[in-house]
Formats: sequence, structure tokens, C-alpha cells
Amino acid sequence: MTSLAQFVVTGFTTGATYALVGLGIALIAQVTGVISFAQGEFVMLGGLTFALLEEKGLAAPLAALVAIVLACAVGVVLERLVLPRARAGRTDQTIMLTIGASIVIEGVALVVVGTEPHFARPFTKGSALSVGGVHITPQYVWVVAITAVVLVAMWLLLTRTRVGWAMRATAMDAEAAQLSGISPSRMSLIVFVVAAALGAIGGIVLAPLQSPDAGIGIALGLKGFAAAVIGGLGRPAGAVVGGLALGIVERVAAGYLPGDFSGYSDAIAFALLLLVLLVRPTGLLSALRVERV
Amino acid sequence: MTDDASTSTEPGTSTPVLRVRGLVAGYDRIEALHGVDVEVHQGEAVTLIGSNGAGKTTLLRTIAGLMRPWRGTVEFLGEDVSRWPAERRARAGLALVPEGRRVFAGLTVEENLRLGGYPHPRSLAADGLATVYELFPKLRDRRTQAAGTMSGGEQQMLAIGRAMMSRPKLLLLDEPSLGLAPLAVREVADALVELAGRDTTLALVEQNATVAFHVARRGYLLDRGTLVTAGSVAELREDPRVHEAYLGQPVK
Repeated sequence: MTSLAQFVVTGFTTGATYALVGLGIALIAQVTGVISFAQGEFVMLGGLTFALLEEKGLAAPLAALVAIVLACAVGVVLERLVLPRARAGRTDQTIMLTIGASIVIEGVALVVVGTEPHFARPFTKGSALSVGGVHITPQYVWVVAITAVVLVAMWLLLTRTRVGWAMRATAMDAEAAQLSGISPSRMSLIVFVVAAALGAIGGIVLAPLQSPDAGIGIALGLKGFAAAVIGGLGRPAGAVVGGLALGIVERVAAGYLPGDFSGYSDAIAFALLLLVLLVRPTGLLSALRVERV
Repeated sequence: MTDDASTSTEPGTSTPVLRVRGLVAGYDRIEALHGVDVEVHQGEAVTLIGSNGAGKTTLLRTIAGLMRPWRGTVEFLGEDVSRWPAERRARAGLALVPEGRRVFAGLTVEENLRLGGYPHPRSLAADGLATVYELFPKLRDRRTQAAGTMSGGEQQMLAIGRAMMSRPKLLLLDEPSLGLAPLAVREVADALVELAGRDTTLALVEQNATVAFHVARRGYLLDRGTLVTAGSVAELREDPRVHEAYLGQPVK
């Protein structure tokens, strides 16, 4: 029982990163119709830049800020690459382009940084709490708290601000939004930048727990995609729930399976993705949604 | 069509709100408009009539900027807007109520209206809402209701109200009566007459000739992408080509 609770806690923290990536993918899909498989690279960029700068002695908040800004800048480049194709209705091309971009970003990171992982210190010192035998390090608390703050901020952005309204209108009916004076290309740029920042934050909070290297992006992108699909692609709250669920399921299942830990956990995540795509391509949460409306 | 006695303003002396010249447009490789000229003057209510497939929707969508013209120009308030994206035209005061209403179904009535006022500062929204609610009292009663759960007629009123929130200098309407119950058709038509009476400049595309002639003072007849005739509503009513175009259409 104690180990189960421990797996849930650990899974929840990785799940938080999947949730942030999945949220970015869902938002991009809704606003632009593009499914971006490159979002995992922003986790890599955020986490790796943060860890590198911290190793170099930069203060953590400053390192985090630089990492987020860098990710956002790459997000702008990605958007400029993908958008013209998306607008021409070439959705298949945009998917290939995001996969290509993902490989290029990883390649550039490998050349610049190398293959070794880099280590970030936990945000605060202090020993782990033990709650009923479950080990909770301060970094777990940070991950959960920061993710929660980011999610609340996103919710406020989408429901309380002018730009959030414009994004939602574009997601609902891009042409009708245009007729109300909302620029779809500006919304596309904004959503790509927001998604890049979300990924980078996911990478930064996770960096002290799982040392990032240049190669982590592709798997994280696919897991973020899995999170978004589980939540019913294009439903922001669903992606968050999907990400947390994926993190927990993956860790719990891996915890009870014999043999190599991380190998199984990836296999489980992707098996879950396949299962959802086969059985309920509209997402596990779609039934709930219908009842609410 | 340059000298039209039925308009309240003097077409020859003032710049028209809208001037479409030699407009050619289409989908993929299929040309739907073969060089169309249309003018709308300040305070006028003009209708574009024609049977299904005449190119009416293509014309409105090209004027609004949702489609790019292949040739020809769209001038709005004396400025060539042919290359402007739709959102820029909307902000400049060119509003289109699209075919099929296209309200934001998941949002409430008031949220839809507020989005219509997006080009303007928030401080103007209250004023705009008051005007729309005065024109469509039903919308005030339903302001917290999800737009998608309303009847077709109510959604059409909302779509018109949303466009009015942008304080348009020209209101384009694409088939506002389409698919509505007879009672709702009348309500929408009455609202358009009311708007026209308030000096709203509007251009109305309609298959329903009764509605079109009720609202507008002047009109154009389109057939297979070409302008067949233009004139006052009284002239169009008597024109055999108009009757031919509407043959088999339910005309009340």
C-alpha cells in the first residue's frame, strides 16, 4: 500500500509535465488545427537550458526565465514554419513538419550541448517529508505547486482576458472569429508561444528530478500527445487530466512489473495511447463532456 | 446604375461605401463570378438576388475578405481593400453576417455579442449591448443562454446583433432567412427594415424575394456569376428575368 501511494506521488510529478505538454498540444490543435509533435522539444529546451545555466552558476529564477524565453523564441520559428502550410489546408504536411522540426531541434541541441545529461539542483534544500511512509521531497511539492499556478494562470488567460477570448473564438469558428476582427495568424503565433512556454516550464520543474539531456524531447512529445488524446484532443482540461492520469498509470504499472523500469513505463504509455486511439478516438473524457452540455 | 433616383443620397457626388469593380472570383479552378460591378451608397439598403448558384455568397465572401478576388477590386469607403485580410476589413467597419449564422454555439448570447465588439475598447461594449438588446429584446431575455441551444431565428438575430456590435459602416447579410420558420423569417425581416430605417448601410443576399424586396430599396440580379440587371425594387418586381430566376422558389 505504501509503495502504491509512493508510485502515485512520483507518477503525479511526471504526469504534471505530460499535462503541460498535452495542454500545449491541445491548445495548438484547437486554435490552428495543427497537431504538433514537436512540443516535447520545448520540455527538453526548457529543462536542459535551465540545468546548464544553473550549473554555470546562474540564479535559478534567472536561469528559468532565460530557458522559457529561448523556448518561446523557438516556438515562434516553429509557428512561422508550419502556419503557411496549415492555412493552405496541408494538415498532413504540417504533421511531417513538426516531426522534422522536432528532429532538427534535438540535433541542434546535441551539437551544442552534447549527449550527457545535466543536473539541476532542487529549487529548495531540505529533506524529504515522510507522510505515512510515503517519501515526498520538496521538489515534488514545487512541481505540483508550480503546475497548479500555471494551470490557474492559463484558465484565467483563456476565460478572463481579451486575447484568451479571441483564442477561444478562433478555436470555435476561425472564420466567424475573423469576421469579428480577430486575426487568426496572430492567434496562431500566440498559441505556439504559450505552448512553448508551457513545455519549458514542464521541463524546468522536472529537471531536478530527471536530469534532462538533448534526447528526451521526442518521447515527451509523444506522451504529451497521448495526454491530449486521452483527454479528447482539443479539450484543454482533458489534456491536463490525461497527462496526470498517464503519469500515474505509467509509474504504478511499471512499479509492479518486474525488470527494467523505464523501458516498461514508455511501453505502457504508448500502449495506452494506442488503446485510446483504437477504442475511443474522441478521448476518454468525451462522454463526460456530453453530459455537461 | 450610377444614377439611381431611389437612393436618398446623391450617388454621383459622394464616394460610395462599397464599390466592387470587375470582380472575378471562384473556388479552386472553378470561376464563380465573371466580372461583377456593385455599388452601395451611404444609408442605402441594397439586395443581391438570384437563384441558387448565382454567385451571391461568393460575392459577399469576397467583399468581406474570406476569399481573394482573382481579378477586380473591392473598394470600401474609397480605399482599395482587395488585399486586406478579413479581420482588417471587419475592424474597418465591414461586417458580414455569414450564411448559416455561425454563432459561437458554446458561448452565451452576451459572450457572443461581446466578441462581436472585439475591435473596439471594452468601454463601448455596454453601449453596443444596449442598442442590440433594444433592437432584439428577445436576446436580452436570453443573454445567459448558450447560443447553440436557441432556435434558428434567435440565432440569426444573435448573428445580426453580433455584427452590429462592431458598429459597422456596411452590414453584409448572407441569406438571413434561410432555414427559418415563417414567423422567424418575418421577425428577421422586420428587424432588417428597422435597421435600414436607422440609416444602417446594408447589402442583403436573399433567395427569398419577399424578404429581399421588403427590406431593400434597390437591387441587383445575379445569374450564374454575371450581373443581369439592376434597378429599384419596383423595377425588379416587374422584371420577367427576376421571375424566371425565382421560378420554382416559394415566393410569399
